[in-house]
Amino acid sequence: MARESILESVYEKEELLTGCQAVSHAVRLADVDVIAAYPIRPYTEVMDYISKLIADGKFDAEYIVADSEHSQFEIVKHAASVGARGFAGSSGTGWMYGFEAIVVTATDRLPVVAMVGNRALDDPGAFGVEHNDALSVRDLGWLLVWAATAQEALDTTLIAYRVAEDPKVSMPCAVALDGAFLTHSQHIVKVPTIQAAKRFLPPYNLGKRRLHPDNPISIAPQVNEDWLMEIRRQNFEAIKRAKGVIYQAYKEYNEVFKTNYEQPFFEEFMTEDAEAVLLGLGTIVMPAKAAVRRLREKGKKVGFVRLRWFRPFPTEELRSCLSRFKGIGVVDRDVSYGSPDLGGVVFNEVRSCLYPLAEHPSVVNFIAGLGGREISIEDAVMMYEETLKAMKEPSNGRVTWVGVRE
Amino acid sequence: MTFISEEQIKKKLLKGVHDIPGEELYTSGHRTCQGCESALVMRQFIKAAGPRTVASGSTGCMYVANTSYMTTPWVVPWMHTQLGAGGSSAVGMAAGLRAMMRKGKIVDEKINVISFCGDIGGGDMGLSGISGALQTDYNLLIILYDNESAANTDIQATGLTTWGAQTTFTPTGTKHRVMHKRWKKNVAAMLAVGHPNVKYVATACATFPPLDFMNKVTKALEAGGPAFIHSLDPCPKGWDYHPRYSHEVGELAIKSGIFPLYEIANGVVTYNYDARKKRTPVKEYLLNQGRFSHFTDTEFNFVQSRVDEMWEEWELPGILPIKSGLKVST
Repeated sequence: MARESILESVYEKEELLTGCQAVSHAVRLADVDVIAAYPIRPYTEVMDYISKLIADGKFDAEYIVADSEHSQFEIVKHAASVGARGFAGSSGTGWMYGFEAIVVTATDRLPVVAMVGNRALDDPGAFGVEHNDALSVRDLGWLLVWAATAQEALDTTLIAYRVAEDPKVSMPCAVALDGAFLTHSQHIVKVPTIQAAKRFLPPYNLGKRRLHPDNPISIAPQVNEDWLMEIRRQNFEAIKRAKGVIYQAYKEYNEVFKTNYEQPFFEEFMTEDAEAVLLGLGTIVMPAKAAVRRLREKGKKVGFVRLRWFRPFPTEELRSCLSRFKGIGVVDRDVSYGSPDLGGVVFNEVRSCLYPLAEHPSVVNFIAGLGGREISIEDAVMMYEETLKAMKEPSNGRVTWVGVRE
Repeated sequence: MTFISEEQIKKKLLKGVHDIPGEELYTSGHRTCQGCESALVMRQFIKAAGPRTVASGSTGCMYVANTSYMTTPWVVPWMHTQLGAGGSSAVGMAAGLRAMMRKGKIVDEKINVISFCGDIGGGDMGLSGISGALQTDYNLLIILYDNESAANTDIQATGLTTWGAQTTFTPTGTKHRVMHKRWKKNVAAMLAVGHPNVKYVATACATFPPLDFMNKVTKALEAGGPAFIHSLDPCPKGWDYHPRYSHEVGELAIKSGIFPLYEIANGVVTYNYDARKKRTPVKEYLLNQGRFSHFTDTEFNFVQSRVDEMWEEWELPGILPIKSGLKVST
């Protein structure tokens, strides 16, 4: 590489990194001030890696090994309240242990970024991926996004800080990575320079809401029925505004890093002429893409839609995208016991999003890959075939558990 | 951030009531009860700490009764934190300030970090977080204001309620006269012994001896590391006595020896009231309070025997039943 292009490059190096390690680099590049760790698989590796970066002097932050997930999230919440950038994370039931703190981080409007290494909510013991942990914050005011590759995990974490801390938003953001399939699988990742990261991500500034002797405010007093509804409404508007900020953030990211994120909220694969698509979150994209290629060889017009942002939900964009297809199969790596039609969380949200359409596509649901069970290419092919079949039958709402021993 | 010498700390200590700063940093706007000693703890700790302070308050009566929207009594920056987050909120604020000062993002100066929590927040639910905070090397102070009940939810028993007391969770009845059968947790000593990092631990009562609590706050904030103060706050509503007697009830708790008053700094224990030498009968303290109205001589004698045992048989009287490297100053 010529000297000039090295100087101009916004990337420092290319490196083989796991999803967790990629997020760690994003945390370093974001110049995070306070990090609170507590071990639980599979997210833990992000804290292993960050602690080593700090130990080696490659990154300067307060690094606290907390006594529990509850303390972990309280620590970063209060660090954020005094104006420090915070990072925490968890998985599965660890995320649930921190839940009280997680809830108030959003209601206090503190833009903490957290990584969720998706994991089953055991008992009985299971380390593998399930999305119920991260999905549990969908109604609480957290922004919620899934990454599918290590590169995207790095990019999304930087973008998460940009969106969360935007004064128009000021809400926390959870970056979800499928346990094992992304947290621990290695990809070639382009690691930005710190200068480029600084160009993209402005300093964290809470403004008049910062807790400091120079700004003696009282945060979160008792409001009761007198004011709570107005405050809920403000938070609601903030999440609504987040959508525009997300578009803006990806545009800026593309400009600084020459990346190619077209539609931030979801990624489409071979959908131009597709009749039927599968839709899912995270690493399901890998077997799905392979299945699409296999079925395309046989002349089947199928494609894949990978949803990145679950909160805010891209209602109009996804409605318009999915209205082009006759059949939709939603793959849920989660369970929603006793839900409408006994379907998964994503399924029911997608179906609700399509309701205003005059002509509804057929929408079926697959519950797959729970507890980290692999979703194979054959599984994906089967799901496509079922989705294609359902197009011809009035079978809206059918839910199929994939590969379950009955 | 630099800390002042022991000589300088001594100069900062109050010698008489006229030394107390006139400026109020905990002012009108709160809704605490008449005779509320926890409110006095608030008023005094922040007077001792001064305006360059950030404070967090765990859920409890000093949240619910203190801080109504738009009528906050706090002149210093204050933030609510969760019931079990007394320790972790202090760590978060201290870590955030330290990181930003080190990186030059804010002015490097001494800012006091104080977190307060009630007995159910600090002594029960938040114990793990406080333990974590006392393992750090941050300059922070955790104040446990102990009015021996969950006072904002209508007086329920906690791990720090005096044995036998009537609360809404432990009423007296025809079959069981005593429902609260847990002996008060020994929080301050437990934390002092279990946490080599902790720089200063003390017990206190806001009114007895006068100035003692405020001076302990000053020492804790200059200790150069994590510090913990446990104050016993008589509560007219929860303990069932006339509000005019709050100070006297507190004084009796100390003088009877049921609540040992001491401080621990640099591995040395100092008794601020030496109940080894002289104790008033515990019955005098208990009889003043309606929550013990169901006590007969059996219960009075039982409590008295436990208090006597604490002062006469423990290795470190009033503090620890076993020795653990601490020495008593003479």
